[in-house]
Amino acid sequence: MAEDRPYKLYKIVNGIVIDHIPRFQALKVIRVLGVDKDHDSIVSIGTNFSSGKMGNKDVIKIENKQLTDDELNKISIIAPTATINWIEKETLVKKHKVELPSILKGIVKCANPNCITRHEDMKTIFYPIRDNDVLRLRCHYCERTFDKEDVEII
Amino acid sequence: MREIGGLDFKGKDVISINDLSRQEIDFILDKAEFIEKLDDGSKSTLLKGKIMASLFFEPSTRTKDSFNSAMTRLGGTIIGFDSDKSTSIKKGETVWDTAKMYNTYTDVIVMRHRVEGAARRAAEAASIPVINGGDGANQHPTQTLLDLYTIKKTQGRIEGLKVAMCGDLKYGRTVHSLAVALSHYGCRLYFVAPKSLKMPNYIQKELTKRGIVFSEHYNLEEVIPLADILYMTRIQKERFPDEAEYEKVSGIYILKSNMLKHAKENMKVMHPLPRVDEISTDVDETRHAVYFEQAANGIPVRQALLCLVLGRL
Repeated sequence: MAEDRPYKLYKIVNGIVIDHIPRFQALKVIRVLGVDKDHDSIVSIGTNFSSGKMGNKDVIKIENKQLTDDELNKISIIAPTATINWIEKETLVKKHKVELPSILKGIVKCANPNCITRHEDMKTIFYPIRDNDVLRLRCHYCERTFDKEDVEII
Repeated sequence: MREIGGLDFKGKDVISINDLSRQEIDFILDKAEFIEKLDDGSKSTLLKGKIMASLFFEPSTRTKDSFNSAMTRLGGTIIGFDSDKSTSIKKGETVWDTAKMYNTYTDVIVMRHRVEGAARRAAEAASIPVINGGDGANQHPTQTLLDLYTIKKTQGRIEGLKVAMCGDLKYGRTVHSLAVALSHYGCRLYFVAPKSLKMPNYIQKELTKRGIVFSEHYNLEEVIPLADILYMTRIQKERFPDEAEYEKVSGIYILKSNMLKHAKENMKVMHPLPRVDEISTDVDETRHAVYFEQAANGIPVRQALLCLVLGRL
């Protein structure tokens, strides 16, 4: 039966596994991490897997990759349910959920073309606002609030 | 960057009405009342020796002259510019650099800019206080404060009043800020607008979250007998992407004196000015018209703010 099929992605020695990504969001995660264009090791992407918790999910494995705080923040916007598994020598050494910070600095481009952040060389500041299951982002400067789909992650 | 907190305003910035609590707004309004009652002699030395930078990157008549008059009457002096044609701006100087420069020349910066968030950016660059005189379609906090001052002065209170707003509720920043500010006072709000210019959903959501009761209307005359305040706004042609769309709603609301016969005795008509044709001049002569007084109230409110942020009140 389809539900019993084990899913397999290329096994990695050192790197990260990003699990529990909402379905069809894996490509966006790959893009913001920049590993779709510039990475020397294996990147495997699985999309629309069955998940007990989520119904369906995406999974990404990236070999020889560490994540910075900024990268974790970017993932938390696209995939707030994601779990990060840190692998060393084929062993899981750390596992945690991503956490949306209370303030996002220099992560998101303001969608308002008349915002000062689009006119001067400066970092953006955004405040995430959770409205039930919807994530919105409020610009510190122009004070506009956007759906996360409407903003570009830098 | 400094945020307004507590009731010590010395050195603080005034960037957005959203940064101010009810207590802080009440405090500013009380100080405006105090300063308005002072005799001219006592006022004339309050800001002696202080210099205000009047940085108007885009033209403004009312706000610039009101600030300049407020400062001059308190004994202070003014330097600055009133368009982006000034030399350094024309050369492409950033808001950050301009604020850094005037930070060394003056004691307080008053600024208007067409770009949203420019005043907050200037406040980050400058260690002296920055007062926002309008940043694009975003904020114009001194307008909101003078609106609140006018409401309080004419009604004796703000708490629990019935306030109707009419006209361009979609693009008008004054009505957005005023609606949010009135939510501190438990006011009942009536929004009168055509469908294409209705109060944006994000403001309605914010008001609902704050427990404010409001309703939407198309017909102006049905809300006139209910209101304590009728806040009229201009439908701004420049906001419309398409002239045909503008034509559809232009002149849709014109308040005439005969429409006020069922208004409450205490009802006052406000308008941020300039008006085009949305208030007929025959309303000027009625006891309800208060829009010229409203503009004049900009002086004590701005004087209070200047004195507070400069630690002289």
